[in-house]
Amino acid sequence: MSHALEHCYRSCSRIAGPLIFLEDVRRVSVGEEVEIRASDGRVLRGEVLEIDRGTVLVQVYGETAGLDLKGTEVALRGALKRVPLSVAMLGRIFNGSCEPIDKAPMFTPEAWEPVSGAPMNPSMRAKPEEFIETGISAIDGLNTLVKGQKLPIFSCSGLPSKELAAAILSQAGLASPERPFAVVFGAVGLTFQEYAFYMDALERTRAGFVAFINRAGEPAIERLLVPRLSLATAEYLAYAHGMDVLVLMTDVTNYCEALREISSAREELPGRRGYPGYLYSDLASLYERAGRIKGAEGSVTMLPVLTMPEDDITHPVPDLTGYITEGQIVLDRSLHHRGVFPPIDVLPSLSRLMHGGIGLGRTRNDHKDLSKGLYRAYARGRDLRKLETIVGREGMPEPDQKALDFAEAFEREFVHQADGRRTIAESLDLGWQLLGRFGLGAS
Amino acid sequence: MSRISAVAGATVHIEMEGLRLYERVLVGRGRLSGEIVRLEKGGAVAQVYEDTRGLGIGEPVERLGRPLTAELGPGLLGGMFDGLQRPLERIAQQSGPFIQSGMALMPALDQSAKWEFVPLKKIGDEIAQGEALGYVEEEGFRHYLTAPAGVSGRISSIASGVLRLEAPGNVAAVLESGAEIALSHHWPVREPRPFRRKLPLAEPLVTGLRSIDFLYPMARGGVAIVPGGFGTGKTVLEQSIAKQAAVDIVIYVGCGERGNEMAELLHEFQSLTDPWSGRPLRRRTVLVVNTSNMPVAAREASLYMAAAMAEYYRDMGYHVLLLADSLSRWAEALREISTSLEELPGEEGYPTYLASRLAGFIERAGMVETLGGGRGSVSMVLSVSPPGGDFTEPVTQSCLRAAGVLLMLDTSLAQRRHFPALNWMQSYSLYERDLDRALEGFGSLRARARSILNEERSLREITEVVGFEGLQDADRLLMRTAGRLRDEFLRQDAYGDDAFSKPEQTLEMAERIFRSHDDEAEALHGAKEQR
Repeated sequence: MSHALEHCYRSCSRIAGPLIFLEDVRRVSVGEEVEIRASDGRVLRGEVLEIDRGTVLVQVYGETAGLDLKGTEVALRGALKRVPLSVAMLGRIFNGSCEPIDKAPMFTPEAWEPVSGAPMNPSMRAKPEEFIETGISAIDGLNTLVKGQKLPIFSCSGLPSKELAAAILSQAGLASPERPFAVVFGAVGLTFQEYAFYMDALERTRAGFVAFINRAGEPAIERLLVPRLSLATAEYLAYAHGMDVLVLMTDVTNYCEALREISSAREELPGRRGYPGYLYSDLASLYERAGRIKGAEGSVTMLPVLTMPEDDITHPVPDLTGYITEGQIVLDRSLHHRGVFPPIDVLPSLSRLMHGGIGLGRTRNDHKDLSKGLYRAYARGRDLRKLETIVGREGMPEPDQKALDFAEAFEREFVHQADGRRTIAESLDLGWQLLGRFGLGAS
Repeated sequence: MSRISAVAGATVHIEMEGLRLYERVLVGRGRLSGEIVRLEKGGAVAQVYEDTRGLGIGEPVERLGRPLTAELGPGLLGGMFDGLQRPLERIAQQSGPFIQSGMALMPALDQSAKWEFVPLKKIGDEIAQGEALGYVEEEGFRHYLTAPAGVSGRISSIASGVLRLEAPGNVAAVLESGAEIALSHHWPVREPRPFRRKLPLAEPLVTGLRSIDFLYPMARGGVAIVPGGFGTGKTVLEQSIAKQAAVDIVIYVGCGERGNEMAELLHEFQSLTDPWSGRPLRRRTVLVVNTSNMPVAAREASLYMAAAMAEYYRDMGYHVLLLADSLSRWAEALREISTSLEELPGEEGYPTYLASRLAGFIERAGMVETLGGGRGSVSMVLSVSPPGGDFTEPVTQSCLRAAGVLLMLDTSLAQRRHFPALNWMQSYSLYERDLDRALEGFGSLRARARSILNEERSLREITEVVGFEGLQDADRLLMRTAGRLRDEFLRQDAYGDDAFSKPEQTLEMAERIFRSHDDEAEALHGAKEQR
């Protein structure tokens, strides 16, 4: 890139957390790329956030500790911040500033795109209806994932969300295996243990992958970039190279906390639980990038993982996520304690795009009836559990006892998957067999 | 010299004298569209409808001399627009699958399309304001051209045959006063269109959903709000109503919601037909779409854009239904704009004028006598997404004060996949009494259904102590009937054959359930006598 338009300033008036205020700037635009050269020789990158007459607010991606007002030089690069993209990114691992951390050299970019992308024209979106087999019965059978969908996993601290995510990664196959398939992994605020676990899982996937890693010890500000880098890469692979891309993003709660941290550094008015009022729009700018385009090959499917603080589904992070995404897979602590893996509670779980992705020609003709039947029977069993604790099992009529037994068997045999991957046909057959065993048939 | 002096998010300060409040401006070299929201000494603050990245200080500003307007004329139906009425399909043809900035001035309607104008008046006739001059056919829909407010007099020339939207081929008539009546016009969206007077609400708006038509009937010209946590089926309910409602025109606003859902809706509208007229659904629908990742300021404008369109068809004497999903996202846009203007926040950070703005918008619904003396209506069904499913929040509460029907969605019903997940204890319709004259037979059955559902609830508490077996026979029968009401009658699969239920079918189904209840009750009574 040419630096002909670069302008350098040594007029920092304030540095607060990841923010630098620069004075007496004459030519600048919002979103412009910035290079910060510290007096100790370090070089950091940043972006122009706001302009008020001659004063410019710069957001720094990197550690600002050690910067001083006098010695810091800020170079405005005269162009919007863009990310380098290439199909050669497959198999590579990068940090939150898009620098390789796998000891291999930087790739040669094929394209440069703005990191935040542009909103997809709603009239160009193709209806998501192609089934993705995850190999997990509670998802495939009851909360089916389709291409172009965003389906988050709502977890609680201590629950095996990463094991579930890894299982999906290693098993996920699409109904059309002839299309190239890739995984983009965006890790936000990952502990070392999680990092090691996921890297191991990625190496075992059948697909090619690109990883962007921000570790727990790295600057919070880079957490804001990781999801955007991941999505810009995913869009590039999907629409420039016709690949079906699955974006696994973890942990969105860490992302939101970083956003809150930056927002309070900017002295913005805090909203619910201190999160900024624009959290919904900000999350939407990530999640809405999932989708398919009419007449184009390729798709971006998103599987974000988030942790519900205090297991609370009404906390702003899961709550706003649920309002944007097309459903959610909710993990449950009591199922986990009873040894069910994956501990998916199917009642609060939902896939909004399921009805378009199942049925004849997609999964199987009987899929809808089965899922209705299982939901009805299981919901009844769960209701009766409350009654059972009051009146005792003996005080209940025989059909109620049967419903209780069904709920138990459903959790132990259908949701629980000790035997690993199940095909969609196996999942559906298992469901029918369970209903049949308790004489519950469909509807 | 007019230029940009500061940029923060969508808020842009400009140095320019003589601007008007709410005037539209184009800012920067990229000509981004915006609206003046505050005037200051020596300058103004503009709210920009597009992504401001790339905007720099010192860049020029252009004024348009008019506020945000809607272009109203033939060609709206079947279209998909954003909150500024940019034609999304034609934009895609020009700039590809992703929306680029700076396309604000593209006309909303196809200017070169030909329309066959059929005059209803002739030279020398008098025409009064609001009266129909003639019409064009839009694939089976009669699109009337009426004299604008304040325009009346004797017709000195009138067109017949092909007209276009672009001048000069757009004049349908000239009056002796020299006033021209054109095929299309621009209307400032924040200003309600005039009418003679509002009329009482006495006509039912049939939705084909038994739970609404039977339990909480909606009136033409009325307002229903649909609050519910995520996953309770707000969007599916709104879409079912959009597909099935007995109205002439549907304006659907996807306000800060999901793009994939809009794709799905568009797909369905193209393939399904209006159950009342048999015409393709898309021919009676206008979509206004600002998905959650599109700029926030345009989301705020989208509701008013939709209201202006709805009133336009109302003034032709049609029944229009405006659906918005979701009002909460609109309120959040209002909050984001207010915050960026550094206004003092009210409850939950919303500006203190939230309630009055909401009420002002909702008041645009109603059954009216039009300027031309006809009858037309704008009904609204508005979803609300309360954070954490907490209905005490300001948006839900402000809406409750202004709406006539509350359709409250229930998370626990939704988790059991009971859809529509309408909470039958907490929902209500204030129109019920006024509509019962038109809905014969509904009133008494409704009262009965409610009392059975109510009694079931108290019986359930008893069963939790004594068990089902411990109940009296009559109570057990009541619980069975309540169960049938819930599972067979109120539950309705939005994607199956049962999705649409005509009022006769609804009534017949309710009668059948009560009849079998009565038969069983009689048998029980007889058995008791014998003992």
